[in-house]
Amino acid sequence: MQPKEMFDVLAAQFGPEVIFDFHADPKKDKDPWFQVKPYEIEAVAEFLKTDARFSIDTLECLTGVDYPDKNHIAVVYHLYSYSLRHRLVVKAFLPREDPSIPTLVNVWSVANWHERECYDLVGVLFEGHPDLRRLLLPDDWEGYPLRKDYAEKDEYHGIPTTRPNPLELFQIGKAPAKA
Amino acid sequence: MSDVVFTNEMDEEMLLNMGPHHPSTHGVLRFIVHTDGEIIRKAVPDVGYLHRSIEKIGERCTYPGYMPYTDRVDYLAAMFANEVWASACEKLMDIEVPPRAQYLRIISCELNRIASHFSISLGTTAMDVGAVTPFPYALREREYINDFIEELCGARLTYNYHRIGGVSFDMPKGWDDKVLKWVDHFELILNEWDRLITHNTIFVKRLANVAVISAEEAVDWGFVGPNLRASGVNWDLRKEDKYSAYGNIDFNVPVGSGAYGTTGDCWDRFWLRVEECRESCKILRQAFDLIKQWPEDEIVGTLPKKMRPEGEAYARVESARGDMGCYVIGAGKEEPYRCRFKTGSFNAMSIIEYKSPGLFLADLVALIASLDVVAPEIDR
Amino acid sequence: MATNVTTGLDDRYTDDAGSVINTRVDQMVNWLLNWGRANSVWYLLFGLACCAIELMQTGGPRADLERFGSAPRPSPRSSDLIIVAGTLTYKMALRVKRLYDQMSEPRYVISMGSCSNCGGLFQYAYSVCKGVDQIIPVDVYVPGCPPRPEALLEGLLKIQEKIKGEKYLQMRYGVAV
Repeated sequence: MQPKEMFDVLAAQFGPEVIFDFHADPKKDKDPWFQVKPYEIEAVAEFLKTDARFSIDTLECLTGVDYPDKNHIAVVYHLYSYSLRHRLVVKAFLPREDPSIPTLVNVWSVANWHERECYDLVGVLFEGHPDLRRLLLPDDWEGYPLRKDYAEKDEYHGIPTTRPNPLELFQIGKAPAKA
Repeated sequence: MSDVVFTNEMDEEMLLNMGPHHPSTHGVLRFIVHTDGEIIRKAVPDVGYLHRSIEKIGERCTYPGYMPYTDRVDYLAAMFANEVWASACEKLMDIEVPPRAQYLRIISCELNRIASHFSISLGTTAMDVGAVTPFPYALREREYINDFIEELCGARLTYNYHRIGGVSFDMPKGWDDKVLKWVDHFELILNEWDRLITHNTIFVKRLANVAVISAEEAVDWGFVGPNLRASGVNWDLRKEDKYSAYGNIDFNVPVGSGAYGTTGDCWDRFWLRVEECRESCKILRQAFDLIKQWPEDEIVGTLPKKMRPEGEAYARVESARGDMGCYVIGAGKEEPYRCRFKTGSFNAMSIIEYKSPGLFLADLVALIASLDVVAPEIDR
Repeated sequence: MATNVTTGLDDRYTDDAGSVINTRVDQMVNWLLNWGRANSVWYLLFGLACCAIELMQTGGPRADLERFGSAPRPSPRSSDLIIVAGTLTYKMALRVKRLYDQMSEPRYVISMGSCSNCGGLFQYAYSVCKGVDQIIPVDVYVPGCPPRPEALLEGLLKIQEKIKGEKYLQMRYGVAV
C-alpha cells in the first residue's frame, strides 16, 4: 500500500482528531509520515497489527527527538510489515514538561527495550510499561542526556568529567614567562 | 516440648552475578541470575557498560566527519555501519553512488561478514561451549582478511572506508587475485570446520534443542538477520531491498530447518552462520567478476558543495548481526539534528529475560553465544 | 653510611655504594628474581571494546603474546598485569577499580588504545571516563586506535624493561624505589 492510501484508510477508521498532518514532501520527507494523537497510539497499533491490509509485524525503530524551540518531544515509530513489504512512519508529539505516552509492549514485545532506552536518554514516560527503569546509564544518573539542554556535571562519584588539555597545562607553544 | 516448625519451602534461590568482566568475549555484559542449583529461575541482563554516547556526538559532527564514529557502533562489522550511515545520508541528500563503488562496497562488506561470522561468532561460540582450540584457527583466517582490508583502506579493525557518495580508495593492482586465491583456500577450511565441529556429536548434544525460539516469537521480539532466518523466516534484506548492486548477484539464503533438533534452536543459529560464510564466498567471486566492466577510479558520486540537508531519512542494510538501520534528521545545518542507530543485537538481548527460566547455566552461555550479541551494538 | 630517614634502613639498600659483597649478592639475587618475574607476566583478560579484538589477535597465532611468557588469566587474583583495552565508561569505572584492588602486588597496568589513554575520540561524550589513569595508576601507555598487535608487544616489552630495572628485594622490605 502507498503511504497516502494508508493515511486515508486510518483517518477514515479513527477520525481526523486521532490521525492527522500528513507530510510527504519529496525533498524533505524521504519516508512520508503523519501524526497520531498520543493517547490513542495503542488502539492504532492494535489495528495496524491485526488488519489484513496493513499486517504490521514489527516495530523497526523507536526514536525520541527533543525540539526545545517548538516545546515538544517527538516519539517516532518506524513500523514495517514482512508479508506486505511496506513501511509506515508515525510520530507522536508530546509536551516537553510532561512527556508521557501509553506503551506498545502488549502489541509488539520488541518495544520493551526500545521504550526503556527512550525513557533513559530522553525522559519520555511510557505508561503501563512493566519495568521502566534506566537501561544504558547507571541507575543513579541525573538528567536525560539526549535533550538539547542537558548540562554535563563536573564529576561522577569523584571522577572528574574533563581532562586538562596538555597544551594549556604545560604552556606549549606560548612564549616563556619573563623571569 | 520444642516448638519446631517444619516447612515445605525449599528456599534455595541463589543470586549469581555474571560479569561485567567475564572470560567470554561478547563484551561487557552483566547478568543477574537467580538460580535454584543449576536451573535458572530468571536471568536479568544489565547493559550499558559500553554506552559511549555515539548518538549524542552525532549532533556535534558534520555529516562526512561522523564516519569514524559509526565504525564504533559495531566494531566487528564496521563496514556495514559505515554503509548504513552513507546510505542514510545519500537518501537524505539525493546522491547517487557510481556502480564501481557499489561493487567495492559489496566486496568489503562480504569480507567483513566472513570475518565477523567465522572468527568471532563461530570461534567464540565454540570457545564458550568448551572447545578452546578452534578459536586460534578462526583467528588465523581473520588475520588474512585483516591483511587484505589493510591493503585496501589502511586499517585492520575500524575501517572508515565508505564515504557519503561512494568509497574512499579503489582496489590496488593484483588485489583481486590475492583475495580469490584466499577464497579458494577458505572454502576448504569451512569444510574442515564442518567435519570437526558443526556435526560433532558433543557439539550437537550441547546445542540442539536448547532455547528454541519459534518463528512467531522471533518476529514478535524483533529478531533480524541470522537469528530470524534460523527460526525459519526466509527474510534477507539483500534479496528484499536489493540495495547497492545485490540485484545483479545470484546467491541462496539459508534458512534454519531443525536438522538435529527443533527449528530455531542454538544449533540452527550456529549452522546458519557457517552456511552464510559459504554464500559470501559465492558473492565475492561474482562481485570480482562484475566489477571488471566498470572503469577504474570512479568511486565517488557528485556531492553537493555544502551538506546542509533538511528533512529525515531511514536506511537499512543487512549487517552481520541483522538488519541495521539508521534514522537521520537534518535541520539545515552542517551537523545532523538527530541520528539513531537500530541494531540487531539490541533486540536479541531483550529476549534473554523471557527465555531464560528453565535453562541450565551452561545453556544460558550457549544461548548468548549463539545469538551473537556484542556489547557495542547494544549500548552504542 | 647514612641511614634512610623514612625506613631506618642503611643506605646500601637504596644506594649502589656500600660494601662490595652485599651489593654484589643483592644485584645477583635481584637480577635472578627480576628475570623470572619479567618473563612470566600473566595478564588479566580485560577487553572492553574494539581494542579487545586487537588484544585477542595479539594473543592469536601471528603475533603470539604467549611466547613472551604471558598467559591470559580470567581472574585478577592470579595475574600481574592488567591490560585495559577499550573505552572506559563511568558505569564500568567503578568495577575497574574493584578489579585493580583485587590484584595482588606487584601489579602493573598497560593502558591500550586512545580511549583508555585519554578518552580517545569520545571527548564530547557524557558517559565516557577521560582516561583510565583517573582511576588507577598506569605504567605504560600504548597509543593507537586500535594499536597494532606489534605495538602492544612493544608495550609488554617496556613493562619487562621496567621490571628488570626494579630493586625487588628492597621493594619487598618496603623501601620506595
